[in-house]
Amino acid sequence: MDALVEVSGLTKRYGGTLAVDGVDLKVLPGEVYGFLGPNGAGKTTTLRILTGLIAPTSGTVRVLGGRPGDAAVLKGTGSMIESPAFYPYLSGLDNLRLLAEYAGVSRQRIDEVLELVDLTDRAKDRFSTYSLGMKQRLGVAAALLKDPELVILDEPTNGLDPAGMRDMRRLIRELGTEGRTVLLSSHLLGEVQQICDRVGIINAGRMVAEHNVDELRGEQELVVRATPKDTAQAILTRFGSVHQYDDTLRVQVDPAQAAEVNRVLVEAGIAVSELHTTERALEDIFFELTTELSTGEEKTDVG
Amino acid sequence: MLGSYRAELLKLRKRSAVWVLFGAGLVLSLIFGYLLPYLGYATGDENPQTDGVPRAEILRGMLPERIMDNTIGGYPIFAGALALVLGAIVIGGEYTWGTLKTVLTQRPRRLTILGAQFLALGTMIALWVLGIFAACVLCSVGIAAAEDGSMSWPGVGDLLQGLAGGWLVLMMWCLAGAVLAVAFRNVALPIGLGVVWILGIETLLAGVVSSLLPGLKWLANILPGTNAGSLVFSVTGMAAADAPPGVRDAVSGDRALLTLLAYCAIFAVLAAWTTRRRDVT
Repeated sequence: MDALVEVSGLTKRYGGTLAVDGVDLKVLPGEVYGFLGPNGAGKTTTLRILTGLIAPTSGTVRVLGGRPGDAAVLKGTGSMIESPAFYPYLSGLDNLRLLAEYAGVSRQRIDEVLELVDLTDRAKDRFSTYSLGMKQRLGVAAALLKDPELVILDEPTNGLDPAGMRDMRRLIRELGTEGRTVLLSSHLLGEVQQICDRVGIINAGRMVAEHNVDELRGEQELVVRATPKDTAQAILTRFGSVHQYDDTLRVQVDPAQAAEVNRVLVEAGIAVSELHTTERALEDIFFELTTELSTGEEKTDVG
Repeated sequence: MLGSYRAELLKLRKRSAVWVLFGAGLVLSLIFGYLLPYLGYATGDENPQTDGVPRAEILRGMLPERIMDNTIGGYPIFAGALALVLGAIVIGGEYTWGTLKTVLTQRPRRLTILGAQFLALGTMIALWVLGIFAACVLCSVGIAAAEDGSMSWPGVGDLLQGLAGGWLVLMMWCLAGAVLAVAFRNVALPIGLGVVWILGIETLLAGVVSSLLPGLKWLANILPGTNAGSLVFSVTGMAAADAPPGVRDAVSGDRALLTLLAYCAIFAVLAAWTTRRRDVT
């Protein structure tokens, strides 16, 4: 399957500062790809390169099979980079109208995207009167205006209230199920975990991991708190490898077997006070990877 | 290109600052072209402003035959400054609002968008020129009717030449504002520098060169303001004694025309080169 975004050895240097350092990245058709990293990690710089706003210092970048910034590539790409930027004296509708003129998009599509982001009622109000959340939604509407194959969203839930965040997550999931490819940059790890198929984690300009979300989180375990513990451990070894962690026993077993494990333990006269599945949250992995690198190798700064 | 041009026109049409600048140019043209001279004419020989100038001569300056003097006489300096502000706010606004990234991630290439912006600015400048001309026509006709003055008009060719010359002068200053905005990625600094240049430095340089350093006359004669004033002087055919500030026969009309065209080309190419190469951060 040909990648829609293929980045290899991407480097961007500003004077003596290396903002992006040899990044490799691949976004496959139809997936929702989460691009994670702490502030200043190089996420936005990378996305700006993908949209042709800035030129890389070195490395190769292919987007939709072409060079970033080419008319054919821009036609198939919708993006919102950093904060949404529009003309403050124009209404939301007029802002979209002029973007539609640039992009050669029909008036009907403007109504569709306004409906999609739930801004139809306020479309005729000036952009300067919009709340942060409404500005963000207009930015997403603008990104979808061209009905693009690839959607690049940089922190799309910034400034949204919980209901707005939920709606935005739903919208992004819908984009994915419609068959669009979404490249989503975020520092909200729970959000990425919920909606992304694969994630890339960048830190100090370097890509530190790129995996399927489930692969990255590793295998699930069953946490059991039971008395007597030794007897319980002996029984649990029938289901899988067991290790102790604090006062609990951790069993590597399919979570679907939790009820069966409970039944066997109770029938053996063991008092089970706690039994649940656990998995490593993306947040744990993110902090492991980013902290490891930050403490080991600081961002290259040759200035 | 047509879509980008329509988008740029929409932005200009809906921006109140564009119309405020036009209104300022219009009001200033009417005040200096008609209101003050008419007050001088009406108050007669007692008015120190018209001391020594026959009333008939003051009236003649407001009649239709001198329409181009009043329409474009103020373009080299004050209307030029307003045109520079127009170029700076339109192009610089894209940087201060961050809208350049929004526009550049649509379909057209960078130079197509810049070209559409220049084309839209040229259209707006043409509207300014025609608007001021129409207002001057109304004033001239009104004064001629009220004072029983002559209703003779300049030839169509002279009118077209005057309007085209005025448009070129304003366009040159507008592009100067645009290129400064591209260079500084800002609105305030280009306006400050540009207006100080038009209203102060060029006049000062011309004065110093003519009185103290005549050997540097060639330098003064290649400056944009000098050539703008010379073109207006040439296309209106006004007398040196009647010429408003900044309008004089420093160089010939043909040379002024070529120099202004060269400035327009240089400003446009510099803006295009910078826009095409620079990262949008």
